[in-house]
Amino acid sequence: MTTITAAASATSHSAPGRPRLTQARIVRSEWTKLRSLRSTLFTLLAAVLFVVGLGILISWGRASHWSQESPGDRFGFDPTNTSLSGTYLAQLAIGVLGVLAFSGEYATGMIRATLGAVPKRLPVLWAKAGVFAVVTFVLMTIAAIVAFLGGQAMLSAKHIQTNLTHPGVLTAVIGAGLYLTVVGLLGVALGALLRSTAGGIATLFGILLVLPLIVHFLPSNWSRHIERYLPSNAGQSIINVVHDPSAMQPWTGFFLFLGYAVIAVAAAALVLVRRDA
Amino acid sequence: MIEVRGLTKRYGEKIAVSDLSFTVQPGIVTGFLGPNGSGKSTTMRMIIGLDRPTAGSVTVDGRRYRDFAAPLTEVGALLEARAVHTGRSAFNHLLALAQTHGIPRRRVDEVIDLVGLAEVARKRAGGFSLGMGQRLGIASALLADPSTFILDEPVNGLDPEGIRWIRNLLKALAAEGRTVFVSSHLMSEMALTAEHLIVIGRGRLIADTSVEEFVRRASGTVVRVRTPQASKLRDLLISADVTVTSVVSDTLEVTGLPSERIGEAAAGAGVTLYELTPQQASLEEAFMDLTRDAVEFHGAASAGAAAALEGQV
Ligand SMILES: Nc1ncnc2c1ncn2[C@@H]1O[C@H](COP(=O)(O)OP(=O)(O)OP(=O)(O)O)[C@@H](O)[C@H]1O
Ligand SMILES: [Mg+2]
Repeated sequence: MTTITAAASATSHSAPGRPRLTQARIVRSEWTKLRSLRSTLFTLLAAVLFVVGLGILISWGRASHWSQESPGDRFGFDPTNTSLSGTYLAQLAIGVLGVLAFSGEYATGMIRATLGAVPKRLPVLWAKAGVFAVVTFVLMTIAAIVAFLGGQAMLSAKHIQTNLTHPGVLTAVIGAGLYLTVVGLLGVALGALLRSTAGGIATLFGILLVLPLIVHFLPSNWSRHIERYLPSNAGQSIINVVHDPSAMQPWTGFFLFLGYAVIAVAAAALVLVRRDA
Repeated sequence: MIEVRGLTKRYGEKIAVSDLSFTVQPGIVTGFLGPNGSGKSTTMRMIIGLDRPTAGSVTVDGRRYRDFAAPLTEVGALLEARAVHTGRSAFNHLLALAQTHGIPRRRVDEVIDLVGLAEVARKRAGGFSLGMGQRLGIASALLADPSTFILDEPVNGLDPEGIRWIRNLLKALAAEGRTVFVSSHLMSEMALTAEHLIVIGRGRLIADTSVEEFVRRASGTVVRVRTPQASKLRDLLISADVTVTSVVSDTLEVTGLPSERIGEAAAGAGVTLYELTPQQASLEEAFMDLTRDAVEFHGAASAGAAAALEGQV
């Protein structure tokens, strides 16, 4: 067993500093976890393809039918939002991935190794949320820029394109990346809160997709007041350039959406620390 | 050194561990025994802070596990349930754990070699056999070269070669002065590996004893005697506290008298003895005796058989 002892001295002498937990090291560990799952890489790739592919495809569709469209169809046409429409599909992939960050560890038992290495627990939540947010924001913002440029190229055939210098356009393009990042954070929080993949995904899409439908069926003088404050409606107002008077202002809406996600993350932190692993 | 003081754990109505106190000393292997559901795994999870005690405390080398600056260098744990993401390779699993503490990548390769997983280290851990999974768990326990080891049924799923390897590994770790705490169902396995035993049943402490003492108490209760004058010796020995059964015509089994007394009685009456042997009661039997009242889940088969017998009588 001299191997064990020899390794021990090697560990403590030649390593840069003695082994010790730090937030930066936990972030590094979470980055390794993220990039070492093939399913994660495929899902991220799918999200990129959704944003880029769908954005360009729908822009092409609008352009090719533009001459047949009535003035009513054309009213409120938003070339920026049209080229970013893949965001609405990509949120499914990003949301699922966010939920899996924790629920995947609970399902496989990995969480016990993770929390055994980091018994204070909260640094794991910060690291997971941080790594996932940065990866999502970088990838999705790049995808949104590509979708925007490709989409505008399609629309330019009918001279109905816009460009990044127009007011609100740059905000909307970056906003698509920001919106998807917050969707991911909401997923991470729900995965940690509910510990179940199915439960987390159902709750996330219930909040993002089903809640607006239900509110829509309420008496209109109620729904009129509530609708704009719903998480997805508030969050998506940043992706619109042509302003809908019933929606929130882009940044106000986004920060409200972010606020909801922060509340969910805080609840996740509480549960993570309190409950048995 | 692991110090468990008044440790209690409730899950709703169920009391899994009840006012448990014991100390696990460094430098020896300590076995942790008990029937199914007696609270071994629960106790071990509480040592590394995965489950929060309802009452009581547990410390490792005088401190709570969560207060360590480098927990993995203090305690290496192998838990009963697998703690590996099925989609990740063994190498990346260990690397991610190592990185939380800034342990160099080289050490990951080292422990992979040490547990004999080098050939499959880049494959998905989800495809591992039970024994390979167990080896990966042991690799993660060894990763930061800790001074305390907590292993929940480490031989589970290992082949005979693997069992021997674990046994030697545990002894070697203890010989280096480390604290080694290992749970098992198998008394016979523990008798070969451990020097000290903590036995629990229904979450309570039943015995805290050296293996030597346990074996001594378990043996010598039955003495086998072979003599051509079996019926004469039988009449001589039998009394209220002593039972004598005959196995074959010239062989008796005497319970309740030490071999010395039997030999003296035979000499006094001029009875010839061919053989006089204290029987080793099997360790497994002694263990089952000790925990009989604390067994929670009797096999349905044996319960059924007992009922069938009662019906016949
Ligand atoms: N998370 C939990 N929720 C509810 N009950 C639990 C939980 N964990 C353990 N128990 C119960 O606590 C008791 C002790 O379980 P534990 O797993 O600690 O026993 P064990 O000694 O490890 O058993 P085995 O030898 O079968 O591994 C059991 O009755 C079990 O059902
Ligand atoms: Mg167990």
